[in-house]
Amino acid sequence: MNDCPSEKNHTLLNPKTLLRVTNAVHQTNTAAGPESDPNTNIWSFITTRSTSSWFLCISLFAVLIRLAVALHPYSGAHTPPMFGDYEAQRHWMEITVNLPVKDWYRNSTVNDLGYWGLDYPPLTAYQSYFHGILLEFFDPASVALFTSRGYESYIGKLLMRWTVLMSDLMIFFPAVLYFITVYYSGKTTGDRSNMAWHTLMILLNPCIILIDHGHFQYNCISLGLTLAAIAAILSDRNLVGSMLFCLALNHKQMSAYYAPAFFGYLLGKSVRRKNPILEILKLGFVVLCTFALVWWPYLHSMDASLEVLSRLAPFERGIYEDYVANFWCATSVVVKWKRLFSTQLLKLLSLTATVSACIPSMIQLIWSPTKRGFLQGLLNCSLSFYLFSFQVHEKSILLPLLPASFLALEEPFIFRWLMYNALLSMFPLLRRDGLVLPYAALYGLFILLYHAPGVRKDARKPDFYSSVLESSAFACSLFLHIIYLTITPPDKYPFLFEAVIMIFCFSQFVLSSIYLNTKQWALSKSSTQVDARKKSL
Amino acid sequence: MEKPPNSRHQIDGEIWWPALVATVVKLLLIPAYRSTDFEVHRNWLALTHSLPLSQWYSDTTSQWTLDYPPFFAYFEKFLSFFASRVDPTMTHLHHGLNYASERTILFQRLSVTLSDSVLVYSAYRLTRNRNFSSFERFLIWALVIWSPGLFIVDHLHFQYNGFLLGMLLLSISFLEEGKDLVGGFFFAVLLCFKHLFAVAAPVYFVYLFRHYCRGGLVKGFGRLVLIGSVVLVVFAAAYGPFLYYGQMQEVFRRMFPFGRGLCHAYWAPNFWVFYIMLDKFLAFWLVKLGFNIQAPKASFTGGLVGDSSPFAVLPTITPLITFITVLLAISPCLVKAWRNPQPRMVSKWVSYAYTCGFLFGWHVHEKASLHFVIPLASTALTSMEDAKHYFFLSIVSFYSLFPLLFEAQEYPIKVVLLLLHTILMFFGFSSRFPARSATTAGAVVKGRDKTSETPAFHIGWFGKSCLFGLLFVEIWGQFVHRMVLGDRLPFLPLMMISIYCALGMIYSWIWQLRHIILIH
Repeated sequence: MNDCPSEKNHTLLNPKTLLRVTNAVHQTNTAAGPESDPNTNIWSFITTRSTSSWFLCISLFAVLIRLAVALHPYSGAHTPPMFGDYEAQRHWMEITVNLPVKDWYRNSTVNDLGYWGLDYPPLTAYQSYFHGILLEFFDPASVALFTSRGYESYIGKLLMRWTVLMSDLMIFFPAVLYFITVYYSGKTTGDRSNMAWHTLMILLNPCIILIDHGHFQYNCISLGLTLAAIAAILSDRNLVGSMLFCLALNHKQMSAYYAPAFFGYLLGKSVRRKNPILEILKLGFVVLCTFALVWWPYLHSMDASLEVLSRLAPFERGIYEDYVANFWCATSVVVKWKRLFSTQLLKLLSLTATVSACIPSMIQLIWSPTKRGFLQGLLNCSLSFYLFSFQVHEKSILLPLLPASFLALEEPFIFRWLMYNALLSMFPLLRRDGLVLPYAALYGLFILLYHAPGVRKDARKPDFYSSVLESSAFACSLFLHIIYLTITPPDKYPFLFEAVIMIFCFSQFVLSSIYLNTKQWALSKSSTQVDARKKSL
Repeated sequence: MEKPPNSRHQIDGEIWWPALVATVVKLLLIPAYRSTDFEVHRNWLALTHSLPLSQWYSDTTSQWTLDYPPFFAYFEKFLSFFASRVDPTMTHLHHGLNYASERTILFQRLSVTLSDSVLVYSAYRLTRNRNFSSFERFLIWALVIWSPGLFIVDHLHFQYNGFLLGMLLLSISFLEEGKDLVGGFFFAVLLCFKHLFAVAAPVYFVYLFRHYCRGGLVKGFGRLVLIGSVVLVVFAAAYGPFLYYGQMQEVFRRMFPFGRGLCHAYWAPNFWVFYIMLDKFLAFWLVKLGFNIQAPKASFTGGLVGDSSPFAVLPTITPLITFITVLLAISPCLVKAWRNPQPRMVSKWVSYAYTCGFLFGWHVHEKASLHFVIPLASTALTSMEDAKHYFFLSIVSFYSLFPLLFEAQEYPIKVVLLLLHTILMFFGFSSRFPARSATTAGAVVKGRDKTSETPAFHIGWFGKSCLFGLLFVEIWGQFVHRMVLGDRLPFLPLMMISIYCALGMIYSWIWQLRHIILIH
């Protein structure tokens, strides 16, 4: 038994001697500097590669998650006669593929606007047309006029899901890459180490994935266009940026939530140029041209354009629908807005409220248009719109969430906070769609990715009070989830838990909004101080 | 030297992260396609729940009879305890047939996901005491826990491989630490869960005999008795009740269904693919040359029909022949293990044995390639050669699992899983094996420069062309085939995958054999 060297191996396996040897080996091997040393950060094997490499890696993961969410049911699956958003999108494809452009928005014997009539701007119609052609090629029955109403099949669902994924890949993903490269172009290497994590936060936003690939919508297009517009403006390509933003507006009118911030920032910047009038004229020209191009088929007569326009503003649907965590719905527990006031008056009220909520942020942007301020302004304006404007949907929380994810690094707390509450505010909707499982999974994934090991070592440690506050609110949120899932509400108040969830989320959103507005104004103070110091030097 | 304890403490917590990320993906995959194996396992739940133990192996209510060893049956019995509370119909022998309510799916899928915790623990244990950097640990965890093969087989197709492989890794990790008795115990337990793992038994036997039962005649014999009795106790616990009820014959008939034919429905990419191809080729040409060749009546995949051979020209392969071939193929490794039983080689030897079993075994499933790909992950970072080999092997073996998922919905999922695996692995390996130029000043002299430089991890032109070949096979099978040939030769795409992957497997076998013979 003397020839057995395993005794040696035993001694080699455990003690410190070998550790020292291997450590020494590692030190000589990885002489490329601390940045690329895999021992300091487990992710450096991805993050130290070129941007396109790690972006490819993250994108593949993001695609995998989207594909997996797409396995789950969509809104209104197997629920005749009206079905849900899935059927709406499919119906638009049916209409656009089979009817001439001028009839898309017009009520007629072949186009019953009462059944999911097209109520998004023309770019959505064009998008439906292209996707409809694809569907017609692979599965003609799914977009046949009349007969395809409520069409549901294995291949039909798959094709519809793939059109969303395709739009996501063609618009949202490149826009994220564009934004990230622009955003980090002037930063130090220390900041750049967080690039991959930041990309992950924007690309794997659980709310957007759940709504687009679970519930079924095409928010990735309008949000992607907005994202690209923001990136273009951050890199001083104002004209390209305004054109992209106009396209976003023409895909979903909800993009107007961002309009005050775009307007304020671009105005503020133009005023500071040599030729302010010329700059503004150029921007106006681009905006008009883009709109004209998109609206071309409807510009031949006033009636035709008004017909489309009237479809885009469905005031008859009331100031709020279902349970949305905004001001009108939350206060309706006390004040019955819908009963007390006429729609006309409510329109005026909500307009005043929205504008006055946006004004501070807009003024700050005109006053001192900084890049950071622009991002904050986008968040503040869209949040104000969500809280106060007319006919807001639960899903509209996606709009404030996008700029919140840009600030994931600077305002990690508020980003996390908005995300948790946005998820909770959409929970009743997603539960109706049968998406509780992907909801829970993506909620967990967000927490996991947010706290990924070895990334974003936050220098600022949260103080005791804020961490207590955060954990108690988190416990509240968890409690609400469980109650909503397990307990049936009393017969007298069938929507009791929805109302509680909504009021809880509303209070959190309002607090966030106030905090964020003060933050934005603090920005201009500090920037004026810097300016003053510069001048004094 | 002050750092390690601190960083080790941090690392220990970190395995939860990749494990939980994997869990999230598994949860999302719950409504995806599931094969008949889902119904198989549901039937076993019902069977063990509603019948007494004496009838488990003789029941024929469903065609999916129980054909795993007793521990797995006990495991199903344990699960059925909860299953009957979740949905009583699920565990009903007759009403439950082909039953797949939402709760049933959720329960069964979750049971696979939860049982994967054994795999997670074993992956952690495997890397615990070896001197890996935190990055290397993470990479190995990712290779094991995020393995697309396990996602495809366990969480889409539906099986319980994660937890069985976890048991294997657990056993290997104990052997590597020198705790031979515990390692042997876990292997014996594993054998009583799934007997297909028995292919590595000779390796275990020789290794334990030479490594554990040493230290003189008396001590050695004492240890032999000890480990022998441990194994006996495990087997008694498994088979004892069936022996008591006189069911042993039924148990064995179920566990070894040699009537099933040499190949599975879709040919697993192993050596016999070439044997069958050669037979077809010879038959074709001999008929052309005017010989009178009878077309075989029996098929390869179906049951054994009387005396008729499925081969037209070549001699029939019997289970005994495959058994001897496997044993012969393993023998070099056994000699090595006999001469020099080293703990650090255990995982390579065990993997090699499973490779042989896969290549030459009887009625091999394509899923069996997981048995050696997963254990090899822990040794993939030993050297650049190991890494290169693992890079190929894992891609080929996971690709060979593609035909398991044939529906359109899962197509992009399996492709993205494999792509993600490949990219992560490539980045990981090239970061672990960066280019190193010699540090000595003399090496700067031009002539010597080449010899003293180690290039970074790369796959070379041969490797690249192999991967492109894979891409070609896939594109042909998915898109071009239907356009060019229409409905003719419908079996060709699958056959191409089989043959191509079989080539890769044989390459891997030769590499492993060479590696085992040459290494000291």
